[in-house]
Amino acid sequence: MELVEAALAGNRRAIARLITRIENDGDDAHASLSQIYPYTGQAHIVGITGAPGTGKSTLVNELAKAFRAANRQVGVIAVDPTSPFSGGAILGDRVRMRDLAGDSGVFVRSMATRGSLGGLARATADAIKVLDAAGFEVVIVETVGAGQSEVEIAETAHTVVVVEAPGMGDEVQAIKAGILEIADVFAVNKADREGADRTAAALEMMLDLDQTPSSQTRSASRIVIHHGQLMEVAQHPPHSTATGPDVPNDVSASRRWRPIVVKTIALRGDGIPELIQAIADHRQYLETSNELAHRNRIRLTNELEHILRDELMDQLLKKIDPSILVSLMTQVADRELDPYTAARQLLKNSYKGKRQRRSGDA
Amino acid sequence: MFDQSKLDETRQARDKWQETTLRQTTDHRPERADKFITISGEPVNRLYTPADLSDYDYMRDLGFPGEYPYARGIHATGYRGKLWTMRMFAGFGTAEETNQRFKYLLEQGQTGLSIAFDLPTLYGYDPDAPEALGEFGKCGVAVSSMADMEILLEGIPLDHITTSMTINSPAAVIWAMYIATAERRGIPKDKLGGTTQNDILKEYIAQKEYIFPPKPSMRLVVDTFEYGSQYLPKWNTISISGYHIREAGSTAAQELAFTLADGFEYIRWGIERGLDVDDFAPRLSFFFNAHNDFFEEIAKYRAARRIWAREMKETFGAKNPRSWMLRFHTQTAGVSLTAQQPENNTARVAIQALAAVLGGTQSLHTNSMDEALALPSEMAARVALRTQQIIAHESNVANTVDPLAGSYFVEAMTNHLEAQANEYFERIEKLGGVIPAIEAGFFQREIADAAYRYQHEIDTHQRTIVGVNDYVSNEPLSVPILEMDPQGYERQIVRLERVRNERDNSATQAALKRLQDAARDNANLMPPILEAVHSYATLGEVMGVFRRVFGEYREPVIV
Amino acid sequence: MSKYHPTAKQKIRVLVAKPGLDGHDRGAKVVARALRDAGMEVIYTGLRQTPEMIAEAALQEDVDVIGLSVLSGAHTVLLPRIVELLRQNDMSDVLVIAGGIIPDEDVPLLKEAGVHGTFGPGTLTEDIVKFIQEHVRE
Repeated sequence: MELVEAALAGNRRAIARLITRIENDGDDAHASLSQIYPYTGQAHIVGITGAPGTGKSTLVNELAKAFRAANRQVGVIAVDPTSPFSGGAILGDRVRMRDLAGDSGVFVRSMATRGSLGGLARATADAIKVLDAAGFEVVIVETVGAGQSEVEIAETAHTVVVVEAPGMGDEVQAIKAGILEIADVFAVNKADREGADRTAAALEMMLDLDQTPSSQTRSASRIVIHHGQLMEVAQHPPHSTATGPDVPNDVSASRRWRPIVVKTIALRGDGIPELIQAIADHRQYLETSNELAHRNRIRLTNELEHILRDELMDQLLKKIDPSILVSLMTQVADRELDPYTAARQLLKNSYKGKRQRRSGDA
Repeated sequence: MFDQSKLDETRQARDKWQETTLRQTTDHRPERADKFITISGEPVNRLYTPADLSDYDYMRDLGFPGEYPYARGIHATGYRGKLWTMRMFAGFGTAEETNQRFKYLLEQGQTGLSIAFDLPTLYGYDPDAPEALGEFGKCGVAVSSMADMEILLEGIPLDHITTSMTINSPAAVIWAMYIATAERRGIPKDKLGGTTQNDILKEYIAQKEYIFPPKPSMRLVVDTFEYGSQYLPKWNTISISGYHIREAGSTAAQELAFTLADGFEYIRWGIERGLDVDDFAPRLSFFFNAHNDFFEEIAKYRAARRIWAREMKETFGAKNPRSWMLRFHTQTAGVSLTAQQPENNTARVAIQALAAVLGGTQSLHTNSMDEALALPSEMAARVALRTQQIIAHESNVANTVDPLAGSYFVEAMTNHLEAQANEYFERIEKLGGVIPAIEAGFFQREIADAAYRYQHEIDTHQRTIVGVNDYVSNEPLSVPILEMDPQGYERQIVRLERVRNERDNSATQAALKRLQDAARDNANLMPPILEAVHSYATLGEVMGVFRRVFGEYREPVIV
Repeated sequence: MSKYHPTAKQKIRVLVAKPGLDGHDRGAKVVARALRDAGMEVIYTGLRQTPEMIAEAALQEDVDVIGLSVLSGAHTVLLPRIVELLRQNDMSDVLVIAGGIIPDEDVPLLKEAGVHGTFGPGTLTEDIVKFIQEHVRE
């Protein structure tokens, strides 16, 4: 495991190769991740999301420069979509990040989604761990920004910055994209364009509505919605995982975080200090309110569930006779069988297969 | 243009022909393809007849040569009075080497100069800047200060020839060096004739040699319009270029539409500055590509003249006919040249050059056969020039004005291109105009899509390129390659150092300070630029002032 | 770990860059798209890249291939410098290919310097794809 040790020591070539290993999901990926896991948990993970054309990459460029000016090591992961037709991808975010070249305190990695929906690649969370363990204090994650519901970043990052730009239609794009509620900070970028004040005011108004006392329940449900059924897991932690710090069952209204709206002109660096401050304020809030532990826990529980689901699926598929799978799929396609019954039959079948294989192995 | 009963008669006859003669022929021998398309992917019909021009109005759509709407050309006598200017783009290495090439070309019968600059010059860097690594003198001549310009123009009668300079971001500065050099030789400004390319919009769209963001760049351009209209009445202050848009992979319609849209944008900025449109519009010139699709290209030039005339008159209210006339330079398509069997390029260039002449170009550069391999050698450049001379003197195509007018095909194609251009104007308008469309990557995406489609057609053998995907032979190349002075770079650095050491440095610094103040202010920048170059400020120093004041542009990512 | 997801497998990663100052990015873009359509992951870094920027991006992105496009004639200076920087980064196993205006007489010099393949005007993109697939490191 020389590679892991070198990566932990900050060797950039090793970091890059380790991310590749994890991305390619090879047999040694699992072992490497186990090895680096104890060293993770240090970095502040900042997600940047928003519709195409809002200037995410330029903003990431400026944020990274500002973090560097404060002498913090910055990792950047920029995600772009994989073509569903060819499986290939064009990853172009580096074009906007050329200022970061030549600084050994920055590491930029482009990732293709490789079929994953939700704005991130399957391996993004693990790539973050590599950068985290290698000593990058801030890890900025730029999502695809395809305009779809990119809520995965809310499960991955500590602080989510949603980027808006005026002049791209009348409404706030984040509403259309379904990502309004995941924001901890809003950056109204390209603020020199007409309509920037209107966009910022519209956001403030929506946030004010969200702060009324009666929205208490909404606030709770907000978290529930974003993190799926996992909020329940956090509220009633199963004994086996209840080893972390106590998780607040409810965040009181007075201590609840109200997202900050910042106007920026990323191309000129305007508003970047304010944005950095907003991110720092949110971090501060996370720490003092115990929300950090809460979020970490949700994130890790989530991740555990994903891994479990993948592993189970993997094991399951290994046990199912491919010819049975194909025949069931054909029946479903021909409307001879409904998918629910098919799934149940497959599950039943897999247990049989297990027994058969066991006896066969013996 | 045709009366209704005659048209109906023609249509009936055509239908009958289709049923009889045509059917018999195609039954016997099917056509070579199901559909025929231009190089731009536009469908081409089997046959064009008066029926394709049913609502044609000769006076409205064509008119007479030298008259509105100039579809038949801007000169009443076409090329019978004066042939086009044979203007070969040249420049490489040091000012000394290029000066020699210019003198050689003038001796060979060339009638105007055209200066190519190297990349550090095009980006406003001195040759010893780190960004300039490896680029000195490669694509053109290096001009780092007025000292180089003086050598470059030595012995050339600036009051008798016209000079075209392919320079964009630093156009105002290089132009100032040219003016200052002439002034030192006692030639007054108003005697100088020529063209600075100075078209920054197509840099963002296609060639990517931008430095500053669009707005300060446009200000510099309009400063030259204003200065030129006052002091250099014979100078074309801009050459609005479709050439590079086409080279970047656009279709003919995109080249036409984007170039004219850029032209209208410059007009708007000039008017906004408070200039009278008739004071500066007559000095705007154009620059188009000549690609392989012979008739589509001819139609493109004719459509360009007609659209420009109409818009200038009707939308911008220009009253001077010179403002309505679209005058243009043409260069044959560099991208059409192949590295395989480079001698074949001579034939491509001849076809393209003929299209430019039949389309009524004012000046022409013909590419050399070896340009897919390296900078042109002297022999290759001579053959390219001779190609123009053969068209001019042996083919007799210049004996009558606009010989293809009235061709059903060419006129239908001209109309089609005009319609396509109008569609693009609407789309650009919807995006908020040219600059917002650039910032949104609209042009860049359209061009990249067209370029990819074209390459795909070649890759899949839907399109034949002789020597590339058919008629391939692997004979060794026989084109001599230009050798440059291997000590050129060192000599350039020595000269630059001497300039920096021998000039009155306090005067230079004072001039640069005044330039910086003017840049921060709203004053016209030409006078302080002239002062700076007169004091031997280097190109890198002058452009450095602007880089600090204006900042640098970042383009949107369009792949 | 899970292998059932058809797209979560090893991909050829290619850095496409334009070193030097020339802005003619038509070829680089067409090749980038063609490689994507051949199933590769293309990191496009765009214009005006110094050799140092290219070598660093190649390292961070852990690419298998670097495709460089130069039309200015500066290839004899820039390309050997990039290969040298890769060597210093212990990345000599990366396949380096170049396209653009490259005279035949410069090809031996570039090969000697460590550029594995050169592709001039008129190259079919399928030939570039094939070259990469045949020569990329295992």
